[in-house]
Amino acid sequence: MTQSVEPVLRVRGISKSLSGKAILKDCSMDVARGELKVLIGPSGAGKSTLLQCINCLIPPDAGEIWLENEKLAMHDRTSLCAFRAQVGMIFQDFNLFDHMTAEENVAIALRKVRGMSAHDAHRRAQEELGRVGLGRRASLYPAQLSGGQKQRVAIARALAMDPKVILLDEPTSALDPELVGEVLAVIRDLSRGGMTMIMATHQMDFARALAHEILFMERGVIIERGTPAALLAPGAGTRTQAFCTSLLDMGGAGEPL
Amino acid sequence: MCMNSLITVWNALPFILGGSLVTIANVCVALGIGLALGVPLAVGQCYGGPVVRRLVGLYVWFFRGVPILVLLFLFFGLFVWIGLPVEPFMLSCVVLGLTSTAYQSQIFRGAIQSLPQGQLKAARALGMRDAVALRCIILPQALRLSIPGWANEFSILLKDSAICYVLGTQEIMARTNFVAARTHEHLALFAAAGLLYFLITLAGLHLLKRLELKMQIPGYSAGME
Repeated sequence: MTQSVEPVLRVRGISKSLSGKAILKDCSMDVARGELKVLIGPSGAGKSTLLQCINCLIPPDAGEIWLENEKLAMHDRTSLCAFRAQVGMIFQDFNLFDHMTAEENVAIALRKVRGMSAHDAHRRAQEELGRVGLGRRASLYPAQLSGGQKQRVAIARALAMDPKVILLDEPTSALDPELVGEVLAVIRDLSRGGMTMIMATHQMDFARALAHEILFMERGVIIERGTPAALLAPGAGTRTQAFCTSLLDMGGAGEPL
Repeated sequence: MCMNSLITVWNALPFILGGSLVTIANVCVALGIGLALGVPLAVGQCYGGPVVRRLVGLYVWFFRGVPILVLLFLFFGLFVWIGLPVEPFMLSCVVLGLTSTAYQSQIFRGAIQSLPQGQLKAARALGMRDAVALRCIILPQALRLSIPGWANEFSILLKDSAICYVLGTQEIMARTNFVAARTHEHLALFAAAGLLYFLITLAGLHLLKRLELKMQIPGYSAGME
């Protein structure tokens, strides 16, 4: 994998308070092209809030976001929409549009945001669904799909926009254990294909095997960061390692890939 | 009831049935006004700023708080005051329409608010403007959810429309009353009028139920059929 020197995405000093309580404090990161960053940490650490602050679904109180050397003007609607169209987002509970077929879910933003014709959007949607192994499920509605299939449609929907970065907010947490593998396999293939991603997850085996960098968050602060090898080495004495050990003790580390 | 009563009803039937066309037109126009104005009001109440929300709140408070009978005379007075032509059918449509707007806006507001937050988030995350997200994602789902409440509003409005006879609108009630005053066959005539309202309600609800089933999203079983 080749990493260019300039980061694709720079996140600088993001802070957020909700009703007087600090949720995020001064979070920063540089994401290189093709990099997979994994956010881990206990529930309520602010992983999900951080991801949603990066594309301003939750507007941060302070901080800057840079995409390919262009600073995001968070309060300008047009640039915000243009920015979001280039930053994919995968949610824990899929958030597919329930009144649309899988194909329409993928095609709608191509038509309404990218201005593609219905015919071109249809072709592109078919292509993306094929890429996540759902080419033959295109005409089904979300309620007719399994959790794993729904999440793969959501991934296809994000991929169709040709994102420069994809943010994944615990993409497998709402899935039955036997469906986790199919979604992780898609994410693994994306990463191997050079897609830049930031992913919050509790799947430690996945993080260990594929993350280029792990960021450990606690109480709204990124307290440790480093390669999986450095943070998770036996006897490393890191907070990350202690957290993983506790996950393993509870049997919550998930299936190995 | 004797033969004479039935003959009276039979003779008056074409006249009263003509009134049912007026009733149906009145209700359709009022429902249309309510739909056209109720949706934007609901959107304003859900996504608008504090001023917009307050204004919608005031509107709903007023039209839900004042009886239709009072509104009919109030608008009659208003039309005369500002010099607009007073035509009973049009006035009935305006008053029923504005009242239905208030009720319908609350049906749509409830439906919009019952959608998961994630729908709007996902649309925004794809780069959609809020107006596009509203038109393509939120409203198509919210309007589907509104159909049962809307069917209820239809059946209420249909029966409320009878009161428009006070203005001289030539609908079922006014025409029945006109014949009854001359023939004194109140029992038979108003039984026929009641039956007419009942049949129109039944037909309307049947159509709306079919619309509801047709619009149902595949895979979503809401315990129907």
